[in-house]
Amino acid sequence: MTTKSQAVLNWIDERFPLTSTWKAHLSEYYAPKNFNFWYFFGSLALLVLVIQILTGIFLVMHYKPDASLNASGVPVAFASVEYIMREVPGGWLIRYLHSTGASAFFIVVYLHMFRGLLYGSYRKPRELIWVFGTLIFLVLMAEAFMGYLLPWGQMSFWGAQVIVNLFSAIPVIGPDLSLVIRGDYVVSDATLNRFFSFHVIAVPLVLIGLVLAHIVALHEVGSNNPDGVEIKKKKDATGKPLDGIPFHPYYTVKDIVGVVVFLFFFSAVVFFMPEGGGYFLEFNNFIPADPLKTPPHIAPVWYFTPFYSILRAVTYPLFGLDAKFWGVVAMGASVVIIAFLPWLDRSPVKSIRYKGPIFKMVLVVFVIAFFILGYLGVLPPTPGRTLVSQICSVIYFAFFLLMPWYSKLDKCKPEPERVNFK
Amino acid sequence: MKTRVINFIKRFAAVALFAPAVAMAAGASVHLDKAPVSSEPAALQHGAKLFVNYCMNCHSASFVRYNQLQNIGLSEAEIRDNLMFTGERVGDLMKIAMRPAESKGWFGVAPPDLTLVARQRASADGSGADWLYTYLRQFYRDPSRPTGWNNAIFANVAMPHVFWQLQGEQVAKITQNADGTTTTALELVKPGKLSVQEYDKAVADLVSFLVWMGEPVAEKRKSIGALVLIFLAGMFVLSYALKKNYWKDIH
Amino acid sequence: MSVDQKMDSSRRTLLLATSAAGGVAAVATAVPFVASLTPSERAKAAGAPVEADVSKLKPGEMMTVEWRGKPVWILRRTPEMLASLDKTDEKVSDPNSVKPQQPEYAKNKHRSIKPEYLVTVGICTHLGCSPSEKFKVGADSGMGADWPGGFLCPCHGSIFDLAGRVYSSMPAPDNLEVPPHQYLADTKILVGDDGKA
Repeated sequence: MTTKSQAVLNWIDERFPLTSTWKAHLSEYYAPKNFNFWYFFGSLALLVLVIQILTGIFLVMHYKPDASLNASGVPVAFASVEYIMREVPGGWLIRYLHSTGASAFFIVVYLHMFRGLLYGSYRKPRELIWVFGTLIFLVLMAEAFMGYLLPWGQMSFWGAQVIVNLFSAIPVIGPDLSLVIRGDYVVSDATLNRFFSFHVIAVPLVLIGLVLAHIVALHEVGSNNPDGVEIKKKKDATGKPLDGIPFHPYYTVKDIVGVVVFLFFFSAVVFFMPEGGGYFLEFNNFIPADPLKTPPHIAPVWYFTPFYSILRAVTYPLFGLDAKFWGVVAMGASVVIIAFLPWLDRSPVKSIRYKGPIFKMVLVVFVIAFFILGYLGVLPPTPGRTLVSQICSVIYFAFFLLMPWYSKLDKCKPEPERVNFK
Repeated sequence: MKTRVINFIKRFAAVALFAPAVAMAAGASVHLDKAPVSSEPAALQHGAKLFVNYCMNCHSASFVRYNQLQNIGLSEAEIRDNLMFTGERVGDLMKIAMRPAESKGWFGVAPPDLTLVARQRASADGSGADWLYTYLRQFYRDPSRPTGWNNAIFANVAMPHVFWQLQGEQVAKITQNADGTTTTALELVKPGKLSVQEYDKAVADLVSFLVWMGEPVAEKRKSIGALVLIFLAGMFVLSYALKKNYWKDIH
Repeated sequence: MSVDQKMDSSRRTLLLATSAAGGVAAVATAVPFVASLTPSERAKAAGAPVEADVSKLKPGEMMTVEWRGKPVWILRRTPEMLASLDKTDEKVSDPNSVKPQQPEYAKNKHRSIKPEYLVTVGICTHLGCSPSEKFKVGADSGMGADWPGGFLCPCHGSIFDLAGRVYSSMPAPDNLEVPPHQYLADTKILVGDDGKA
């Protein structure tokens, strides 16, 4: 480095922790060297967040949150989305990036969460990282739900109508609560405008704050790895973890490969199947919202369907409260319970590599149940399907609630001293 | 054990991904004829002509500007002379004079805007184009309907058969099946100006135009997409080589 | 730094190549975003040339058409109005229309293709207000006894004559703009397109 640029850097460093931040979080942040495929999804989630914010900023320049009808009898909000798709130069691409990005966000986040489940990344001392992560997931669901109203198509409208009505199931305050959420007796212009405000400003701010907290907490304790070994326990003479390597450049160059591969699949969807077979952009949502006509079958977007299935699975009233209320409780609990994982897992080891057959089997059953729930969520209910979703819901909760018991019971293999790296 | 578990998950994921398509197709579905959608300018231009002559009396395409028809190979003069009748400007949207509220009074429902119809009508049964192609060929005489027409896949549709002079008149032979369902078979009793093949071709051209109109950028999207994927493939080779180079230090 | 020391030549080449490809990707990504800031098809359609039928315009009357969201005046001048331009020659700051405020074909005393019809953008060249018509002559106009007819901008008092030429020592620096236009027929003007550009 030339002396002149060194001088500039010194000048900055005396006033702002530039070099020390760079070192602490990148060039001298030591990450375990044995990260595998599953460890791409954290950085990819960050990438998708950036894509969503960037495309979102440009969409807001042309989108109009207005439910009133224009001269052709089309809601202004719906028309403004088509305006972006047809009349704004490059607008179609920005919109497809945003709509595909929403689904990609959930794919990446689900895989990221599953990674945590596989390798026990939520175990001590990473409980707070996991709790922040669960909160991110929760906030992301709110963000996606409110964003889905904005195109003001039939699915937007009726999806919002159904979900907001869930809140009315809460005893005593419920009906008033859903009224306050909507700002009207039905989903209307008032609802659209407040969802727009939340989607564009409030929720993203919370999301970014939580993501920062997630990363700060991670960098405080350091990353877990596929072996579940604490690399900080074995350090060399200079105090560097023996199994750790600087995040930069090693994981930056590796993550770039992950980013390129991700973008390949992402672009394939954006450019060749932006509707995602009707899962990413639902066909009914090309019809403008009509408050007088419900589409024959409404299903939430795919990323909500496992939880939606749990909601529908509850069909028994209990303690004098109707099934609708308990359905809402079950759905809420199914998300919140994820946050308690650090205290439910009593296994002596973190990683699935050293866990016994019981956990492996339970995990497989859990994943199957989760997929079935997701699949049933897009279908209209029948008595048979409801029974299956009830069984799967029980499996879902049992996975968490019985974990303190079966995780202790399991025959685990001893963890190695050092990480495996061929 | 680990690989077996992962293999199982992979197989399961594959089944879970494709199962919905299979299950939906097995549901109470309607048989749709596969629409021979074309992106040939001649077909699209013929479709555009049919659209403005037959559809735009009642239906608007209020998100499309006339001058965007240049993208299907028409010149501005051709658009003005052949496709515009009411003295709009060539940059105007393809709106109609009929107001939605009035037309609702006449037909019971306002004729929907058709800009996005090919995207709206997609379902598990087939693409939106397939639905439209089937629908426009399955009108039949039904004196019980106010318009005198009914449709085999859109029962009691409010729309009259605007192409009846071209297609001719069909009647329905409804037969009871053993399981209580019915089968509707259509028979052409009075030929129209066009032969069956000619009529099918005309409808295919119209549907092709409706598909184009649903997403005019579709062709461009795919050609840009091909370039993007090729670029990313090259980028993958480079970034992977870079990663390998750095990681040779790590033992 | 250990990394720098190990920087072999193939690594350097790969770094450069990857960075270059990344740069290309970044620029290509920026294209749709920057494009989205440019005028949309709607804006272009609204900015399309406008046809004006002047057959019903009587001498001394003015009509306004909208072009690119701006008022374009078409004034059919009487012989007296045209004669007044001789009188205002010495009062206006650019009597010969030297400044490029009009296409070449309107660079004449009457600032129009046909002397009778003035076609001009009714936007004051000072800060963009639309001047008011003051066609009455003399004291009746409230503009002084020797007022020959013209336009007055209500915002800062700039005065223009009946060819849109600005008077000297006014806030407005330039004559009113003459938009590109052409005659499609004797009494049909196309504003916004002169068939030349």
